[in-house]
Amino acid sequence: MLRLDGVSASYRGLLALQGVSLEVARGEVVAVVGANGAGKTTLLKSIAGQVATEGSIEFEGRSLRRLPAHRITRLGVSMVPEGRRLFPRLSVEDNLRLGAYAKRGVNRFKPFELVFSLFPRLQERLPQRAETLSGGEQQMLAIGRALMTQPRFLMLDEPSQGIMPRLVDDILAAVTRIRALGVTVLLVEQRLVEALAIADRAYVLQTGRIVLSGPAADIAADDTVRRAYLGM
Amino acid sequence: MTLTFLLQVAVGGLLMGLIYALVAAGLSLIFGLMDVVNFAHGELLMLAMYATFVVWLATGLDPLLLLIPVALALFALGVAIYHLLMARALSVQFNRGMVQIFVTFGLAIFLRGAAQFTFGSDFKSVSTSLLANRTIDMGGIFVPLPQLAAGLVSLLAFAGLFAIGRTEFGRALEATREDREAVALIGIDRDRIFALGWGLGAAAVGIAGVMLATFYYVSPNVGATFALIAYVTVALGGFGSLFGALVAGLLIGEVEALTALLIEPSLKQVGMFVIYLAVLMFRPRGLFGTL
Repeated sequence: MLRLDGVSASYRGLLALQGVSLEVARGEVVAVVGANGAGKTTLLKSIAGQVATEGSIEFEGRSLRRLPAHRITRLGVSMVPEGRRLFPRLSVEDNLRLGAYAKRGVNRFKPFELVFSLFPRLQERLPQRAETLSGGEQQMLAIGRALMTQPRFLMLDEPSQGIMPRLVDDILAAVTRIRALGVTVLLVEQRLVEALAIADRAYVLQTGRIVLSGPAADIAADDTVRRAYLGM
Repeated sequence: MTLTFLLQVAVGGLLMGLIYALVAAGLSLIFGLMDVVNFAHGELLMLAMYATFVVWLATGLDPLLLLIPVALALFALGVAIYHLLMARALSVQFNRGMVQIFVTFGLAIFLRGAAQFTFGSDFKSVSTSLLANRTIDMGGIFVPLPQLAAGLVSLLAFAGLFAIGRTEFGRALEATREDREAVALIGIDRDRIFALGWGLGAAAVGIAGVMLATFYYVSPNVGATFALIAYVTVALGGFGSLFGALVAGLLIGEVEALTALLIEPSLKQVGMFVIYLAVLMFRPRGLFGTL
């Protein structure tokens, strides 16, 4: 579904990705793990069209490079960014509805049901401003907003960051449910154990290069990996 | 000085204030959306006034009939200014703020020069219209019809802008203003939103221009006078706040009228600038500003 070949990208003048190649098949959950500064966020931004890249990025056989970011979203590639990037002064409802802004037709607001079934608390908070939500609720809203675009490919950048431990499980459980609906997921996470538990495969990124890849269970079991690349 | 006379002046200030408010609304909308001060805003007003004057002179059509065509023309002009000039100014890597200032400032000088070249620098006025030289008597207060109509049209235009704000497009404008990068994540083309924002801002000042042309002289420099007041209005009301522009416009209209009455007509703008300085010193984000 998604194929990256020799992708390099600079971020703030530093070479953040160096010749990254990776592949995600339809229906998979793929995790990208690695220490801070390994290039995980730049990798997602490259796919989403938010940083200039070299190399090839293909989604369903179509090149995403040089497409403006909003077009990539319209193709069905959605990203829940680092820091969530909600519209703080708009209501929860407006944040969600705007997710369907580029959609047309009678079914454009259909994902509301899904979002409410995944995150019932959002339904209680519809009229509230997004900035008044707790960190965990904001993350739910960010995922909800991304789902409103009806993506076929969903990228999540550190969804557990800045969230109470109790809610981390809820959010990761939601990822599994989203996958069950046929959405392919690329997950960037610093929490190695939790991310590998819900992923099929994983890539380990270190200083902009992929140093290891394989089934998530193997990577989770590999002590050398954990010590050498993830400092655990 | 009688109460009637005071009321007479107050009503005049109110109606002028509504025009100031509408001019400021366009400026504030663009500023709020893109953080760009449009230094050519007054020149857009001037263009709308000349457009009204020229069509009236050539065809004899009443200015009121030109309201919608001129607003549409200014909308198109606003969109064109964004695509041809501002989008490029936004894409520069260094000193973006300076580039934007110089682009709109340069546009202002160009438009002013073009008007002077085309129409000469003398004052013109639309001397005959449905409303010209008519007043109505409201319990001893004489209200000139052109000003009254201008005030009402301004209120309608504000109602329109508030209504747009409540639509899905209005929400998209607000979202773009809050996070211009993040809107791409929901498939919104920010260039399109910016262009439409410029269109709306220019259309608002276009409406003000048509109405103003029914009772105010037209000259290549007319924009400068009103733009200066608009900057003060936007600063007072709060950058990016439509409601703030409305309240501040009314306030400035009143302050100006009362300063002229109570102190000295030639000092009518002093009161306004005193308020401006007070805002800068005590509440720099303005009365209703969120930025």
